[in-house]
Amino acid sequence: MTAFTGIPKQVEEVLTTHRRGFLKNAGLLVVSFAAGAGGLIMEADAQDSTTAHPADPYPDLDFRQLDSWIVIHENNTATFYVGKTDCGQGTGTSFRQLMSDELDIAFDRTACIMGSTDNTVDQGGSGGSTAMERDSWPMRRAAAEARRVLLEMASGRLGAPVDRLAVSNAVIAVKADPSKRVTYGELIAGRKFNVRLTGANVNVVTGVAKVKPVRELKSTGQSPQRDDIPAKVDGSLEWAVDVRLPRMVHARNVKPPFACARLTGIDESSVRSLPGFIRVVAKGNYVAVVCEREEQAIRAARQLKTTWEKPATAPFPASENLFDYMRATTPTSASNPIVTGNTEAAFSSAAKIIEAEYEVPFQGHTAFAGAHATADPSDGQMTVYSNDMKSYGMRNGVATFLGMPREKVRVVWMQGPQGFGRTAADDAGCEAAWIAREVGRPVRVQWMRDEETAWDTKSPAFLVKVRGGLDAGGRLIAYDYRARSCDYNHVGYNEPDTVLIAQLMGSRRAKPAAGSSATPSEMYAIPNRRMAGEVVSLPVVWETPLRTGNLRDPNGPQSTFAAESFIDELAAAAKADPLEFRMKMLQAATTDDGGFRRARSIAVFNAVAEAYGWDPRPSPKPESKANILTGRGIAYSFRGQTVVAQIAEVEVNRQTGHVWAKRLVCAHDCGLVVNPQSLRHTVECAMLHGLSRAIHEEVRFDTEKITSTDWVSHPTLRHADAPERIDIVLVNGDPNPNRPDLPPYGAGEAALKPMLAAIANAVYDATGVRIRRVPFRDDRVLAALKAARL
Amino acid sequence: MSNITLKVNGSTHTLDIEPATPLLYILRNDLGLRGPKFGCGLGQCGACTVIVNGAAVRSCIMPASSVKGEITTLEGLSSNGRLHPLQQAWIDEQVPQCGFCQNGQIMTAKALLDKNPHPADAQIRESMNATLCRCMTYYRVQTAIKRAARIIADAQPVQPVPGKPASGKEVAA
Ligand code: FES
Ligand code: FES
Repeated sequence: MTAFTGIPKQVEEVLTTHRRGFLKNAGLLVVSFAAGAGGLIMEADAQDSTTAHPADPYPDLDFRQLDSWIVIHENNTATFYVGKTDCGQGTGTSFRQLMSDELDIAFDRTACIMGSTDNTVDQGGSGGSTAMERDSWPMRRAAAEARRVLLEMASGRLGAPVDRLAVSNAVIAVKADPSKRVTYGELIAGRKFNVRLTGANVNVVTGVAKVKPVRELKSTGQSPQRDDIPAKVDGSLEWAVDVRLPRMVHARNVKPPFACARLTGIDESSVRSLPGFIRVVAKGNYVAVVCEREEQAIRAARQLKTTWEKPATAPFPASENLFDYMRATTPTSASNPIVTGNTEAAFSSAAKIIEAEYEVPFQGHTAFAGAHATADPSDGQMTVYSNDMKSYGMRNGVATFLGMPREKVRVVWMQGPQGFGRTAADDAGCEAAWIAREVGRPVRVQWMRDEETAWDTKSPAFLVKVRGGLDAGGRLIAYDYRARSCDYNHVGYNEPDTVLIAQLMGSRRAKPAAGSSATPSEMYAIPNRRMAGEVVSLPVVWETPLRTGNLRDPNGPQSTFAAESFIDELAAAAKADPLEFRMKMLQAATTDDGGFRRARSIAVFNAVAEAYGWDPRPSPKPESKANILTGRGIAYSFRGQTVVAQIAEVEVNRQTGHVWAKRLVCAHDCGLVVNPQSLRHTVECAMLHGLSRAIHEEVRFDTEKITSTDWVSHPTLRHADAPERIDIVLVNGDPNPNRPDLPPYGAGEAALKPMLAAIANAVYDATGVRIRRVPFRDDRVLAALKAARL
Repeated sequence: MSNITLKVNGSTHTLDIEPATPLLYILRNDLGLRGPKFGCGLGQCGACTVIVNGAAVRSCIMPASSVKGEITTLEGLSSNGRLHPLQQAWIDEQVPQCGFCQNGQIMTAKALLDKNPHPADAQIRESMNATLCRCMTYYRVQTAIKRAARIIADAQPVQPVPGKPASGKEVAA
């Protein structure tokens, strides 16, 4: 991995007793440094673990101990240990920027280790776009505290009070006599800080030192290149899929052929003579085949003869009947409506009332590769090598599932295909661990394509009815929003009683999670509004591939599709420019919330309109006879404190119904920007994920199984769909002059949220045809155009 | 089982293996390579792409016994410690999100540029269209391909065009 720099590696001394013992005994993590022009390269090598695992348990790292967060080395470099994982947004690099700024050490003298449960404190891994917003704070405070302690040590060493000292890039010098100096490495390398931090939990943990004001941050706000990228493009990175252990065997699942199937027989003789066959492992309705080699396990799993009994009634409606089913079904729960003013009275005085219903189907994660994990049961312990974005949760889940003490289980987080919530509800970890214990050898499990596409967790389907009343002046005076999601038994994070293997083995929880629905996230001043959500259940909710879980802003894209499509419908009914219509509703209010989301909403609208070159006019565009119809659409929402407005420009092919988003523009305000390059990239890709969900993605099923199981039956965005141009404006201004420091807010998920509506609104602008059903596949759009005689 | 000889990234390997074994599993599990990856096993995504005789092929559906010719994987693109211009362009443009698909993106782009050093935008889209990315890095992949094409063109000695001196440089005929 030294292709990027000619400077030889140095093996880092990792200094806490536990980590040192870990290195010596387990031979797992060797962190090496190479400082070069491209910055410091850090690699964590999983070594060939022929050495036995330590018999000692894996205790939790103490988040109130400074040494758990930062280690300073003799060569005056630092390693940061953080309890986070990265799903491909480059958060590790951003953590280094913030922590190196607080510690006063150059970015390229640092490295960051993430997410292994016995090596880093438990910050929960990743999820909810909280990396910068929540989890960077304890890291910053720990780094600031380390700087303070080092200054005190230097004060003693140099014989000068702290206020006479200056610190720059890990060197502390006497201001009046800079020849008197000492490096961080000279002060602490080889020793522990042994400094206690305080705080009730990891999120609030702090030392005595205060973090720096934003204006004093140096690397923060710059765009150093992501440190994980070089090894991803030269093939040197060891991913979770690459773990190979001595005596390791390969397992493949044999999934039930339909939902709620009961296993009635396994004919092991159908595979016994296959090369490499070791055994079939099964319990309840869970079946897997174990072989010496990977391709042997794939073949044996396909060839194993099993018999299954069908459930008495159909587990679910077919996908084409899903929305009728949702309409007709009594909800399992309903939220308390959010009410402002008197909606019904306002409707009765409205000059014009319009009503619409929107449908978003189940959409899958369909990660680029299937769930996978490798588990090692040596020495009565369990080590799971996994890309689980919530590695700490997996540790707890596996321990409970296997009935092992937590201290004997560790999860080593390694890179994998994107998470977006799927790997927080990871299935392969428990499977690998259970099989490993059964066969007494390290086991690698990998889900096949059809397994993953069919059985991964899905984002809930939504049916949203919205009604709006305009007064004679075209002002929205009454608004009624009712969402119904199909989300009962929403699967949580690595739960030992909802993970698929537990369901199939019959060890599932008694009461399913209630699930949730969602109301719109906008700051419009609508004098009379009512918003409510309900959840419905499918006929069966266990042992079914139609199971819901969190997918990148779990309910936001669905509710925003409905809400922001409908605002466009209202604007069209009022014959108003869709941007001005929205702006008027934002400007109608006079007060703002604590995060100034209203003012910041106005700012992102202004920014996106300017970047696009928006010319005000009502939608749709005047009718055209051309074969390619063009239009533009706008949509907006917030998520937490992050505010996003987007414009899509589309081409719609009148003959084929094909929609191409030719240009996308986004104005994004997530507060403090740590790494603008990484943020832009994250926003860009989240928008395209939204585009993929808008035009391609839908889970299809008959009444007993998923029928969209690969990239043909479950299409995704492709190269040909990529826009010709993407513009991203980072607005990120703080409208509050009294707030000295802008905090960072979550970035990624917010950027996906408005895209489905922006595309729908652009299609309407181009064609005058409103598509209220996602995805806008060619056949659906063409049918709608035909129905409108276009 | 039978002996199969594979030439991969300049080294020759002889393995006693079931001839129908897809090349991908041999590259990953027997030769320890990490570039080619399993994404679908169906030839639909490109994760497993390697180059055989100049063509990008999908090693997940290619029986080892049918490989005729030298195999290059992502690990074999750099030479003398220098990254291939595509890999450099990938870093310069900061292309990957998770990066899991990028083997397929880079290797497919390599085969494209080897055949067509100056692809038009539409040709890039078409040639890359069966190489998927679920993080949606398509826009940057396309930008990086164009950047790599420029790096490669700039590094080439200017070829004399008959009857016309090459611009900017005197080239001995
Ligand atoms: S893994 Fe070979 S094409 Fe997908
Ligand atoms: S970068 Fe994650 S799949 Fe392409």
